[in-house]
Amino acid sequence: MGRSWYVTILACSVALLLAGAARAAPDRLTIGMTQYPATLNPNIDSMAAKSYVLGFTHQPFTQFDAEWNLRCHLCTDLPSLEAGTAEIVERDDGTQGVRTTYTIDPEARWGDGTPVTTADVAFTLEVGKHPDTGVSNAEMYRRIVDLEIVDDRTFILEDEKLGFLYPSINDFRLLPAHLERPVFEADPKTYRNRTLFDTDPTNPGLALGPYRVASLDSGGFIALERNPEWWGEPPAFDEIVIRTIENTAALEANLLSGEIDMVEGSLGLSLDQAIAFEARHGDRFQLFYKPGLIYEHIDFNLDNPILADLRVRQALIQGIDREALSEQLFGGRQAVAQTFVNPLDWVYTSDVPSYHEDLEEAGALLDAAGWTEWRDGVRHNAAGEPLRLTLMTTSGNRSRELVQQVLQSMWRRIGVDLRIQNEPARVFFGETMRQRRYPALAMYAWISSPENVPRTTLHSNEIPSAENSWTGQNTPGFKNARMDELIDEIEITLDRDERAPLWHELQRIYATELPVLPLYYRADPHIWPLWLEGVEPTGHLAPASLGVENWRVRDDG
Amino acid sequence: MAGYLVRRLVETLLLLLVMSFLIYGLIGLMPGDPIDLMVSADPNLTAADAQRLKALQGLDVPLPQRYWRWLMATLSGDLGYSRLYARPVLEVLGPRLLNTLLLMGTSLVLALAIAVPAGILAALDPRGPVDNTINLLAFAGFSMPSFWLGLLLIILFSVQLGWLPAGGSASIGESGLLDRLRYLILPVLTLTLLTAGTFIRFVRAAMLEALREDFIRTARVKGLSTTSVVIRHALPHTALALITITALHVGSLFSGALVVETIFAYLGMGKLIYDAVIGNDYNLALVALLLATLVTLLANLLADLAYGWLDPRIDYGG
Repeated sequence: MGRSWYVTILACSVALLLAGAARAAPDRLTIGMTQYPATLNPNIDSMAAKSYVLGFTHQPFTQFDAEWNLRCHLCTDLPSLEAGTAEIVERDDGTQGVRTTYTIDPEARWGDGTPVTTADVAFTLEVGKHPDTGVSNAEMYRRIVDLEIVDDRTFILEDEKLGFLYPSINDFRLLPAHLERPVFEADPKTYRNRTLFDTDPTNPGLALGPYRVASLDSGGFIALERNPEWWGEPPAFDEIVIRTIENTAALEANLLSGEIDMVEGSLGLSLDQAIAFEARHGDRFQLFYKPGLIYEHIDFNLDNPILADLRVRQALIQGIDREALSEQLFGGRQAVAQTFVNPLDWVYTSDVPSYHEDLEEAGALLDAAGWTEWRDGVRHNAAGEPLRLTLMTTSGNRSRELVQQVLQSMWRRIGVDLRIQNEPARVFFGETMRQRRYPALAMYAWISSPENVPRTTLHSNEIPSAENSWTGQNTPGFKNARMDELIDEIEITLDRDERAPLWHELQRIYATELPVLPLYYRADPHIWPLWLEGVEPTGHLAPASLGVENWRVRDDG
Repeated sequence: MAGYLVRRLVETLLLLLVMSFLIYGLIGLMPGDPIDLMVSADPNLTAADAQRLKALQGLDVPLPQRYWRWLMATLSGDLGYSRLYARPVLEVLGPRLLNTLLLMGTSLVLALAIAVPAGILAALDPRGPVDNTINLLAFAGFSMPSFWLGLLLIILFSVQLGWLPAGGSASIGESGLLDRLRYLILPVLTLTLLTAGTFIRFVRAAMLEALREDFIRTARVKGLSTTSVVIRHALPHTALALITITALHVGSLFSGALVVETIFAYLGMGKLIYDAVIGNDYNLALVALLLATLVTLLANLLADLAYGWLDPRIDYGG
């Protein structure tokens, strides 16, 4: 065998290796995202990646849709007091509960053909209420004080507390009793490690949506195929592959090379990356910026004596140009916030004090607060203390670090010496914020659902402390009696028209008292191929994948 | 020799024990355990929920007690479950280890295959054009950030030319060797280019030193050809340096290459260990790190033994 043989063999091998670089077939849609779900069990752990995957494979009973209206997925109708499918329960202690009747869609069945019945509901509740299973949505299950099985398809839940969202059971995620009960009963304590959703994820009986899991490589990809038992509108794609690529630069490269067709907005490129990507490759992809319920803001630590003074907080918000900040850093795609309520939410009101850059007014407020003496460009008070504040956020978050630098230079103009101190997310959220250890200012985001009552973030009972084991999310330490009353009242006011003025008053208190410096509502950049249509990001916690039946290849695509 | 071997093995075991305690302690001392993070993210979790979940995951007892429990379970053969992957640790580690061995092993062999001839050629022409060119390439190799080189290769071979996949370990539904190889080419190329640069410098330095030795001069005076002098006399002299750098790199065969794996979405040990440490996945992090430590220690032990075999002047007695 001569030298030419080696060359021929080598050339053939290279050709074979390179020839396989096939483009995705038109009946397959490949989606890229930066996170891989830790588990596929719908009741264990809550993370965005899992929620997205389950949107394809597991229908919830109820969920808000892309128009932010609550709708039934697994049930036939939402319970209502008017229709008699919901009933208020008066208790001896004066409190009110609510009994809601749901009927499971008669067509609904698991991926192995087993009908969905109330036995699944009873089993799910049993798992949810068991103290040792460690489900992530335990509070919702705990609130359900009674389950009445009417027949195979109809059941009544009794919630210990009546609230305006009484028809929703978004977090009641059904488990297949015929498969999971033996696993659970063997040892509830280790159920979370032995659930079939993780040990046998391709079991067809776990599917309760348009798709089922066909194969997966933990940390790498999840391949979904059509669920033949799906009772709804058939989806357009035979196969959907969800690939995890954690590095966003590599995610971009995979898009450009055709390895992936689209990038999920909330788990993909940052907004500034997407804007740059659009400038370079906007002609090859559809870019859609979905504004949503992610509220970027800066918490004031109200225990800090400087920030306890409302005039200082007002000066800080008027000392920055948030419109210019949004325009310069995010191409104006993130609307400036006046409160935590998004203008897309029906409870929003613009009738609140609004703040814009006004350096003169900011200076006057600081003068009035006693920060009159300038030394080396920094204001000092009569005791000679500098107006020095520390702003913390998550390190490595490029967008936030950019904002920090802009804020530092803007506040310098009114004599505020801003120090930046960042921490890794697990330290920042796991300890610093949770235990209110940030000295002055902390920048991060909240994500919520439509008409989300801010009990945990603004009610005075929700200030984290050692006494309550650092639970609650009122990290600024905001205490306002009227705010507490409004929160309590809104929760139990069933009539929309009666709730609206309460919401408006709540927003006015927020904008007046400024426990938090509102920055903007974040927009998620979704990247789709030119040939895809029908994807509707919701802008809230419900994933766009819940509407996969509407995803289609364009007629001209 | 036997005494030396036994002593080193005992030292290795003791070191592993100390390492396990240190790793466990360091992960445990990092602020914010998984339940703390859950509490900060989920407004509905109550103090009782947090306490119950901590107890469920064994996070409610002091660190030394947790370590003792882990140690006893491990010694009885129970490596436990991975918290992040909800599967037994060995089940998670197995495929990742295989991927990493394939990636790192191939790049190590290729890097050596490039470095040995390149290092020799450079040493034969010190400060000459060949040496300068090889040095330039070697410096470029180990000076380039791996993420930058990786992205550059993706843009060239995947985006522009469309020849190779931009990332992943294999095509979905494919299990053939050729398919695996296609996915290996770019990460292996990245690692090889980075590693070969360092290796070339080692080989060149060792070869230059060898070529200055008296016995080389004698061989040349005897009229042997340059090839013969280099291959038969100088090259064995550089073996010690080669064994040293290879032994130092063997540990990485099991610990992976975090940046390259992340860029190419390659499912290897580097990313696994990083995620396990950041995610407080004690069982997974400990077993993965201890495995890498054990392999590094054993590789060094083998290197020490090889020194003695190659150079009879080395004595293990003392």
